[in-house]
Formats: sequence, C-alpha cells, structure tokens
Amino acid sequence: MKVIYTDVLVIGGGLAGLRIAIGARRRGHDAIVLSLVPPKRSHSAAAQGGMQASLGNVIKGQGDNEDVHFEDTVKGSDWGADQQVVRMFVNTAPKAVRELAAWGVPWSRVRQGDREVIINSQKVTITERGEAHGLVAQRDFGGTKKWRTCYVSDGTGHAMLFAVGDQAIAAGVPVHERKEAIALIHDGARCYGAVVRDLITGELTAYVAKATAIATGGAGRVYRVTTNAVICEGIGAALALETGVAALGNMEAVQFHPTGIFPAGILVTEGCRGDGGLLRDANGHRFMPDYEPEKKELASRDVVSRRMEEHIRKGHGAKSRFGEHLWLDITQLGRHHIEHNLREVKEICQYFLGVDPVKDWIAVRPAQHYTMGGVRTKYTGESPTLRGLFAAGEAACWDMHGFNRLGGNSVAETVVAGMIVGEFIADFIESPKGDLDIPTALVREAVAAERAKLDALLQGGGTERADALKIEMQQVMTDRVGIFRRGADLEEAVHRLQGLLVRSRSIGLRHHADGPNPELVTAYRTQKMLKVALCIATGALTRTESRGAHFREDFPRRDDSHWLKRTLATWKEPGDTLPCLAYEPLDVLSMELPPGWRGYGNKDYLDHPDTPRRADELQQLRERLHGADRHAVQAEIMPYEHLLPARFRGRNERIDERMP
Amino acid sequence: MSDTAQVPATAPAAPAAPLRKLRFHVLRHDPRDPQSLPHTEVFELEEAAGMTLFIALNEIRESLDASLAFDFVCRAGICGSCGMVVNGRPGLACRTLTKDLPVDITLAPLPAFELIADLSVNTGKWMRGMSERLETWVHAVEQDPDLRRIEAPMDPELAERIYELDRCVECGCCVAACGTARMREDFVGAVGLNKIARFALDPRDNRTDAEFYELVGTDDGVFGCMTLLGCHDVCPKNLPLQTQIAFLRRRMARAGME
Repeated sequence: MKVIYTDVLVIGGGLAGLRIAIGARRRGHDAIVLSLVPPKRSHSAAAQGGMQASLGNVIKGQGDNEDVHFEDTVKGSDWGADQQVVRMFVNTAPKAVRELAAWGVPWSRVRQGDREVIINSQKVTITERGEAHGLVAQRDFGGTKKWRTCYVSDGTGHAMLFAVGDQAIAAGVPVHERKEAIALIHDGARCYGAVVRDLITGELTAYVAKATAIATGGAGRVYRVTTNAVICEGIGAALALETGVAALGNMEAVQFHPTGIFPAGILVTEGCRGDGGLLRDANGHRFMPDYEPEKKELASRDVVSRRMEEHIRKGHGAKSRFGEHLWLDITQLGRHHIEHNLREVKEICQYFLGVDPVKDWIAVRPAQHYTMGGVRTKYTGESPTLRGLFAAGEAACWDMHGFNRLGGNSVAETVVAGMIVGEFIADFIESPKGDLDIPTALVREAVAAERAKLDALLQGGGTERADALKIEMQQVMTDRVGIFRRGADLEEAVHRLQGLLVRSRSIGLRHHADGPNPELVTAYRTQKMLKVALCIATGALTRTESRGAHFREDFPRRDDSHWLKRTLATWKEPGDTLPCLAYEPLDVLSMELPPGWRGYGNKDYLDHPDTPRRADELQQLRERLHGADRHAVQAEIMPYEHLLPARFRGRNERIDERMP
Repeated sequence: MSDTAQVPATAPAAPAAPLRKLRFHVLRHDPRDPQSLPHTEVFELEEAAGMTLFIALNEIRESLDASLAFDFVCRAGICGSCGMVVNGRPGLACRTLTKDLPVDITLAPLPAFELIADLSVNTGKWMRGMSERLETWVHAVEQDPDLRRIEAPMDPELAERIYELDRCVECGCCVAACGTARMREDFVGAVGLNKIARFALDPRDNRTDAEFYELVGTDDGVFGCMTLLGCHDVCPKNLPLQTQIAFLRRRMARAGME
C-alpha cells in the first residue's frame, strides 16, 4: 500500500485551494494539492464578471468602504450569513485585490477624465479623478450600492487563476493532477487525510496529513441544467458528509441564474437585459410585463428566474429535442451596441449556438448557478465536529452568503478564504492540536474499504446503469428542487432520490478496466452525488419559509420567528437513505445588522422576537457614539478584528481615507 | 416595440434542413493496456440543432460506448481542456459546432503530449514542466508589499496589453500545430514564448533581457521557431503569436550579442 505523508493536503486546485497551499508554504509547511484536472482548468476561471472589493477608486465607487460592502452582503444573504465572517471577508477583500495586483493580475485600471457609460439604459458622462489614474478600476454589478467590482476586461477569473497558479508553482507546491480523493481517513473525531484514486492508472494511495482542506467548489452538476463546469459535482461536500461526523450547512440554498443559454447552460450576462434585451416565449410574446408590470425583465435575478419557469410550466416554452426554453431577444440593440458592449455574448452565441444575436434570438432557460451551502466550518475554516478537516470557497459554508450570494462575491471569497483559512491551517499544525498520532490500521482499513467498494462496482455483477441514474437524479433536481419549490414536489423528489440511492448500490459496469474508465468514475461519483442531492431536497422540504434563493410557493414569506437558523445535514450510517437534519440558530442579539427588509423583493416577512430589542440597543449605542469614527462604532457593535489572522488585520487605505 | 414578434426563421427551433446522420471516426488507444492497438472506431449519431462536439461526445458516451475517454471541464471555451484534432486541425472541441463540419468527422488526440487514453492527453504535465523551466511568474521587485496600502498604479493601456497576452488558456493547440515541437521534444512552444513576452512586458517583473535570454535564447526557445506559424493559425484565443515571437526573437538576438 502506497502512503504519502504531508503537512497539508488540499483537495481541489482552484483559487481557494491553491491560495491555501501557498499560505501554508509561506509559513514553512509542506502542502500537496490534489486536482481532478490541471489546476488552471478549474471552474474559478469561469468567473468572468469580477471580484468585489471596496477600493472606491472609480468616481461611482466614491464613499464605498467595508461598511457598505458588509451591508450589501448581509442583505443579499437575506440575513442567513454569519455577520462576523462577512466582516472578516469585506476587510480582507481589498487586501486580496492588492496582493493579486502584486502577483501580476492585469486588473483593468482607471483612466482619468470623462467617459461615457450606460446607467439605467441612459447614456451618462462621468469624470474620473486624476488621483485615481492607473489604480484598479471597479464596475457596476447587481445588488451593490457602489461600483465595487474589480475586473480584468472579460476574463477576471482566468487572470486570477493563472496568477495564483503560477505563484503556486513558484512556491514549489506540488499539484498531483488527475487524482481524486474518494474518502476521508478519520476516526470519528479527527481527520487524517484521504484515500486517493489515480484517474489514469486506477491506483489507490493513502495521503496522510496533519490538516486536510476541502476546496472542491460547488455541486451544480447534481442539476441537469447548470452554468457549472462538468467537474463541479459536489464530491468534496460528499466526502465530508460520508464521515458521518462533519456536517453540511444550508444545502437547500441554491442560486439560479435567469439566462443560461439552452441547452448548454453557459451563462450570458445580465447586461443583455440591463441594456434593453427582452424575454419572449414560443409564440414570440414578451411575457415579463404580464407578471412584473413595473420591473419587467429587470426584476431581480430570483424573480425573473421564477417567472420564466412559471411561464414554461403554463405551456409557453419553445420546444426542442433537449427540452423547453424561452428566448432572449437583443436584436433591437443593433449591431454596433452588440459588437462593442456585448462582445462576449456575441461570441458565445456564435460558438455555442451558431446564431448571430444581431438578427437571431438566443435560446435561454434559468440554470443552476451557485451552491451557497457546503461543508459547515467555524470562522477558521475548520469543521466544528471533525478536528483537522478544513474547507474553503464554494465547497464551504463558513458562512458568508447565507441564502443568496451577490455577484462578484464568489470569486472574491475564493482568494479571501484561501488567505484566511491558509493562516489558520498553519496555526493549527504548529499547535499541539495539529500533532498527528495515527494508527496505521486506520489507514490500511480505509484503503481496503475503498478498494472493496470499487471492486463491487467493477465485478459485483450489479445491473443498474450509473449514467442513467445520474441523469434521472439531475432531472428530478431540475424539475422538483429548482427555482419554485412546493411541498408535494419536494416530497416526491426526496422519495425518488431515495429510490435512486438504493438502486445506486447495485450499479454494474459494462467496462471493467480500473484505469482511465469514465464509467467507473460516473458510478462512484453518482453514489456520492445522490447523498448531496438528498441533503438539498430534504433541507428544502423541511424549511417551510422562503429566504433568499430558497423559494417555497406554499410558504412565500421569510419567517425569522421560526427559520432564522442554519440547516446542518449529517449522514449517520452508510446504509441510510436520508440525511439527519439539525438546526443552528443565528443570534439576533449579537448582529451588527438585525433582520429587516432587503430593499428589494418581498416586504412581507415575520420578525424574530429579538429583532426589536436589538434594533433599540443599536440605536442607543449609535446615539451614544455619535461623532465617533466609523471603525470605532463598528468595533463597539460587533467586534471581529480579533478573529482575523494577525497578518490580515488593519484598515484599508483609499483615496479618501489616506493612511499616515 | 411590439409585444409579440415573429420567431426569426434562423432560430434553432426551426431548422430548415433535415437532420444529418453524423459519422465520428475516433482514434482509440489505451497505452497502459498491453492488448490495446491504436485504431479508429466509428460512431453514428443523429445531429441535433446547436450540437457541439461536447454534446456529441457525451451522447456517444451515454448511449454508445461508456468507456470513451475525453476531457471537458468548463465546456464554454474558457478552460482549454478539450483541445483535440478535429478533421486534421487542432481546436477546442467544446465550441466546435457539428453544423460547421462535414458528415464524416475525424477526431484524434493532440500530438506532442503524453497520451492518457483515446482523446485525452496530459497537457497539464507538459505545461507545468514548461512553467517551471521558464519561471512563468512575476519575479517581484517588492516581495511582501503592505496590503493595507493603495496599490501601485499602472498605465491603463499597459494593463490591457498585458491582458491581451495573459489570455492564453494553455490548451496546447499551438504545440500540437508546431513543426519544431515535432522535432525538438524540449521546445517551449508558442505558449512558452508568449508567456516570456507577457512577463517581459510587465513592469512588476524585475527580470532583465539577459535573464530572459538564459531561459529562451536557445534552439529549444525562440531560436528553434521555424516561422511556420501553425500556432498563430490555430490559437483558439487569437493571440498575436506571430508578432510576439518575431518581437521576442529580435530582442533576444540583441540580448545575445550584448
């Protein structure tokens, strides 16, 4: 049996995982990154829009700071987020942009003087300040009060991933490519690493580590229609879940984007509608004004997605071999505008649909987009129930997005979490808690157990087809655990997923090679994905309220009095067909921003009994501190800076907030 | 703007022509299986509106042969995973529409890279080796900048020019299309030369031309290029490889003389 020992085992080679490994290396520890694919191919590269950080360089970002970013993020989360974690995040995000700038990311820069921009479909001239010339620029994004999204032309995620990937190479971090963790090694109290399968040779190796970090991204592929890359299958979450000890948080919180191109699910930007694009049905009818007479196509992401699905359900979808869809019509914007302002959309249409959006309509349908839930961790990134297991990025729920994530906050989270969690991992392995005292029998048994499972798939003579089960799971999730959720649908979904899970235990293969065998990979991943799908579906069924992206038609109100709490899902026994759900209440009395109206969407919600008391307290406190600077007021209300690693503490300098 | 409009005739919902039966001729081989010999296998599939090679290959895997090996990740033309030779030309399979191809479609793995199986090759290993050799990262003037401070300004046009070259996705198509790479195993390829050009342009990198010369001033570097420029023709990101290689060669020739 092959065993590899290291200090830090990072599972996943995207931005969060690579940044953790770099952090550990800089503190003098060994780190190995496992990656299904060459790390620069990770889904982080697909974050095209940008990264939120309150630098406030552009004139439309003037007055932006951590406080504004904090408020936008908490409101966006529909008060599901951990507010201390949000504070840690917003204070580190500007530092992350500046670190990446030093590492070579070619951030788009501010040009001083006049320029013409489109705001609310109107051409407006704005004037950038001379002192901002050459600093990192920001663009406008949904759900933000200020222009805060730093970007690299149309390839932000790509440029970030390549800079961080190259820094990992510079730091000598070994990336073991085409290696897949298939189980964590643990004794129910401490995690010791993972059993890893080589996707080329099929060989199993035990990686034993002082700290193990899951940074495997989201679980979009449990849905049939998703913007996610094909490797985003939620396997990292499943690995944690299968320990029976670590919990997954808020898995029912799943974000959908209105305009994925159909059927591929590739995203076309919201800018299409922002600039005046229309949504049409099978008959060419513009249907959004029928549902949302005021905002029409420009209602919020979740609302537009819901209306589109509702319209398809009523039988107005255009039919194709791959299913039903609607049309996005931007023809009225004209060739010049499309080729200059929406170049990316034009290329996607050309390459993936073979259509020219100057004269053709674009087939679209809402698509799964982001997994707010994930491996539940403390603010340090460590699982509260399985020592030595960490998680970061989309795979984790530490929890800064609550029930809805803002655009531009995801790619920002990857590097920020990587920075913060990387330091906490280094602290952990330098402390007695990080000492490793592992019985070799535990390693041997873990590898033998995985070998037996693979052999059962390869030679067990099962009769179920893995790809058929996977497609059925994806269809159930897209049809019944999607944008609109109803008790009856969710019950049916849970029931069907349970059936699929039972059937997945007798999968048989047509091809018995143990090397590069895609059928075998589909088989063991499908078994894991079904458990993740069941966490999403049971979480959604049990949560009888609507919050953020989780929308229950039968319970349309946010209900803080019963549901201001985080869902925790665990999988007690391997033979179970349902997760165990528990709930972790959020403490209103310690919140900096007590629950209220988001400023958009449904105004009708049920208050938590503590909310008025906390609001009063805060009002008195603010009156008492009237005239104090914003940092002092914040520190009184909800201290957080002591939680940050020492390396990333401190204020952020801005043009309007100079440091001595 | 009328509330109801005619569905445009060109929209994919109403294809004008009857669906074609496509024949995929796929080169298959598992180098780790002693029984395996490289051979071509033919799969027949009915074409669908908007079908890409991503959709077609997954349909083949789902319905005809579950063992067919190939690589896709983003399937959106962003990540560079799916480089393969399509009817003799290296390109990204995910954004190749079958309607732009004849009925007979030949698919082969990218040459010059280690074969994993069928259409899957190990570009990652090659690219990591190239990056280590050429040290493709910013060799920073300032090692540990104070992250609380306002970032150093950069000319906006320069940032754009760096991004133009930074757009490389390391798909390997340029290496597969390169005459020199066939003859010289250690040739760094257009991908490597473009990276050197990118870092040479970046004021945050403190390396001098003499140091870059040490990295690419050989026949495995910029002087190995025979100017056939297959790289430039096939680059899926339309990088300006021709001008970058010419520019770098002049600059390195000068550095070599000094």
